[in-house]
Amino acid sequence: MKHVWKAICHVEDIPVLGARRVARQCGTDVAVFRNAQDKVFALLDRCPHKGGPLSQGIVFGESVACPLHNWTIGLDDGCAKAPDAGCTPRFSVKVENGLVHLDLEELNSIALDEARAAA
Amino acid sequence: MKRMNLVMVGNGMAGVRTLEELLKIAPDLYDITVFGAEPHPNYNRILLSPVLAGEQTLDEIVLNPLSWYEEHGIRLELGKKVVDIDRKRRIVRAADGTEAPYDRLLLATGSNPFVLPVPGKELEGVIAYRDIADTNTMIEAAQKYKHAVVIGGGLLGLEAANGLMRRGMQVTVVHIMPWLMERQLDDAAGKLLQKSLEERGLKFMIGAQTQALVGGKDGRVMAVQFKDGTEIPADLVVMAAGIRPNTELAEKVGLHCNRGIVVTDTMQTITDPRIYSVGECAAHRGIAYGLVAPLFEQGKVCATHLAQFGIGRYTGSQTSTKLKVTGIDLFSAGDFMGGKDCEEIVMSDPYGGVYKKLVIRDDKLVGACLYGDTVDGSWYFKLLREGRSVHDIRDKLMFGESNIGDTGHEGHHKAAAMADTDEVCGCNGVTKGAICKAIKDKGLFTLDEVRKHTKASGSCGSCTGLVEQILMATAGGDYSATPKKKAMCGCTDFSHEEVRQAIRRPLADGSRLLTIDGVYRALEWRTPNGCASCRPAINYYLLSTWPKEAKDDPQSRFINERSHANIQKDGTYSVVPRMWGGETTADELRRIADAVDKYRIPTVKVTGGQRIDLLGVKKEDLVGVWRDIGMPSGHAYAKALRTVKTCVGSEWCRFGTQDSTQMGKDLERALWRMYAPHKVKLAVSGCPRNCAESGIKDVGVIGVDSGWEIHVAGNGGIKTEVAQFLCKVKTAAEVLEYSGAFLQLYREEGWYLERTVHYVGRVGLDHVKKRILDDHAGRKALWERLQFSLDGEPDPWFEHDKATVDTRQFIPVGVA
Repeated sequence: MKHVWKAICHVEDIPVLGARRVARQCGTDVAVFRNAQDKVFALLDRCPHKGGPLSQGIVFGESVACPLHNWTIGLDDGCAKAPDAGCTPRFSVKVENGLVHLDLEELNSIALDEARAAA
Repeated sequence: MKRMNLVMVGNGMAGVRTLEELLKIAPDLYDITVFGAEPHPNYNRILLSPVLAGEQTLDEIVLNPLSWYEEHGIRLELGKKVVDIDRKRRIVRAADGTEAPYDRLLLATGSNPFVLPVPGKELEGVIAYRDIADTNTMIEAAQKYKHAVVIGGGLLGLEAANGLMRRGMQVTVVHIMPWLMERQLDDAAGKLLQKSLEERGLKFMIGAQTQALVGGKDGRVMAVQFKDGTEIPADLVVMAAGIRPNTELAEKVGLHCNRGIVVTDTMQTITDPRIYSVGECAAHRGIAYGLVAPLFEQGKVCATHLAQFGIGRYTGSQTSTKLKVTGIDLFSAGDFMGGKDCEEIVMSDPYGGVYKKLVIRDDKLVGACLYGDTVDGSWYFKLLREGRSVHDIRDKLMFGESNIGDTGHEGHHKAAAMADTDEVCGCNGVTKGAICKAIKDKGLFTLDEVRKHTKASGSCGSCTGLVEQILMATAGGDYSATPKKKAMCGCTDFSHEEVRQAIRRPLADGSRLLTIDGVYRALEWRTPNGCASCRPAINYYLLSTWPKEAKDDPQSRFINERSHANIQKDGTYSVVPRMWGGETTADELRRIADAVDKYRIPTVKVTGGQRIDLLGVKKEDLVGVWRDIGMPSGHAYAKALRTVKTCVGSEWCRFGTQDSTQMGKDLERALWRMYAPHKVKLAVSGCPRNCAESGIKDVGVIGVDSGWEIHVAGNGGIKTEVAQFLCKVKTAAEVLEYSGAFLQLYREEGWYLERTVHYVGRVGLDHVKKRILDDHAGRKALWERLQFSLDGEPDPWFEHDKATVDTRQFIPVGVA
């Protein structure tokens, strides 16, 4: 499938070992994460456990700890580390010339049914 | 790359656990072959007794079914006893001639029962009690015969006797020592145990010495004969007089053995570094362990070395025994017999079937023996391991941790009496049934595993004793042989204390460790940037050890301390402005009311700390709310000074003896912006009626006519802990100095996320008194260090740059 990339922000706009929220027209926010190696990941900003905003968690290695109950979610696949179980949708990311891009198709199709969290 | 060959001799619990650990971290390194002398896959040997008693079936105690071996591509040679190892050509050979080459060899041969060298031991109907075959023999015998004699009144013997009795046999236990289970119990507890087992129908011959087993014409045993010439009838004799490490094979091939196969801290045999050994057959630092937890610990270490990570050392375990003999609770640990330089605290209620003995030497708990009520076993074991002085809690020691007002599990302290639907863990809503199910389904053995899978006892920890009892009853595991020190997290083997000391110590070139990365490098962290447990802790240790030098790292703080507000379950935040001493003004209230309207804040609540909480604020609005309200941060979101609660005091109250409100305001102004290992709450009451509830605060000040009393380390939380009296002082300035010095001591010595009550519980109030009351210069220095730390600290709600608040977080990135 061909991607239609949409520029979101610069890599520098995301704190190292941190995240930013990307607000969409409708649906839950998307969280973009940056790890210590400047690798960028994007997940739906919603923990599979109780819906906590993952963008607010502590980022380490290639994981984020949910701020509500400390589940560890893999940034790469959006899945909880065992023994917890569950996954949050992931979004394709492209970084080019320091610009972070997300796929427009995905932004307009994944998890739109739920209202944006108040965070 | 060609895979290496790993061969394991022995197919028991310790060995297979080692393979499981290895497959987790290095799934593709080896082709694995396992030889097992028994024709069964790995099963839970500890649960043979319930099988014998008819409470469980053999299928239920299998830990790794055959499919598990298949899934992991393990070649399994069942029913094949390894009889030789060619260490030069690196080949093992089984009795039937089956061979397997190895690059690494793991000996996990377990132990053998000790068979008394008496005439007649070869007769039919005389067996040891060790494996599934023995268990089946006993079950069959119980259907045909009447009289059973068990030789040995230790744990195994009593379990066998109980099982046989449950299957309808008349059972006599012969025990040569003066009381039952003499290695785990003192005479009083041993006799209580005997009485209770006699009531259930077992017979005992205590002190009797077996001379011979007498056979009948059919070649089957018919009686047991004693030294004094008497005989008792016996159709079945079970030898349960102890076990010996099975070192036959190791000795044969020249591996050094001394009460076990001698291994190093990496679980390698000292003779041949290609050969490892774990489990009951291994002798580590002179000890061959027979309990599950230390053996699993060994397995973990062994796996990291087999995986060629070259990390991890096994340094031995301190063990306790918590035995479950058919519904009778026993616990013992350490030197429970005592001696002439020891003191004993004893509580005995023979009618109620409860007996407790605590052994104290040099003000330290060195041993404990509990019968009938063991819920405090883990607490005693902790005190024993930590070796801290119990001088200050001596009067309460016997009554246990559970009697100081636990909340959350309705005062249950006997797991056996609980129904499956009863809640064990009130924090996480976990029932007894859910815990039992997880233990059985997932094959859990240790407290840590139960916590991970069920979350039970993982939050406040006050139900730990109950969870351990359930674990004991369900898995038969011994949960408590935890290492002496606890690693900070999975990223390191260092404890909180060791990390703190490393940060305090200057480096070789005289410089200081000032960054988290620096700490990780210096202490060889296993992960590149830690985890959500260690990073906040190290950030705190750096800031509290080197104020003004170490730089705060907001990305290593929990969200609340990064956004300076409390995250709520729906992802919104709450805002609590500071109200000095709980006093406010019409002006402040008006600004709060306006902000509530302007930002449509759904809930406004008065807090227990005499402040106002605005709940449901959107993250985007936080900066605006702070600015509009114009009051300082209340730090209600931080591991820091929260409130100083006050009563109205002598200014208005007709009973007030001191101006508590002013004292509270002064304390709060002196201490605010103080980060600490955990949250800190203060209170000041103007008279002993104590309307500000000073008795349950980290520092509680109570005005009396002649001055102020200072109480410390109280807690109104999970476990209501009454603050302990520290001292009485005359002036307000002294209140500031003594309270501040205590809090600075806590800041310097407390472990991250340890409240003052736990900190003082760990170091002892005597230590605190020595540092604060006896050492005047030291107290002043502590107070000065605190003032130095707090001097010029920014208010994060207004000085964003100085407080390193990343304001980008308040604005989402938009998708146009």
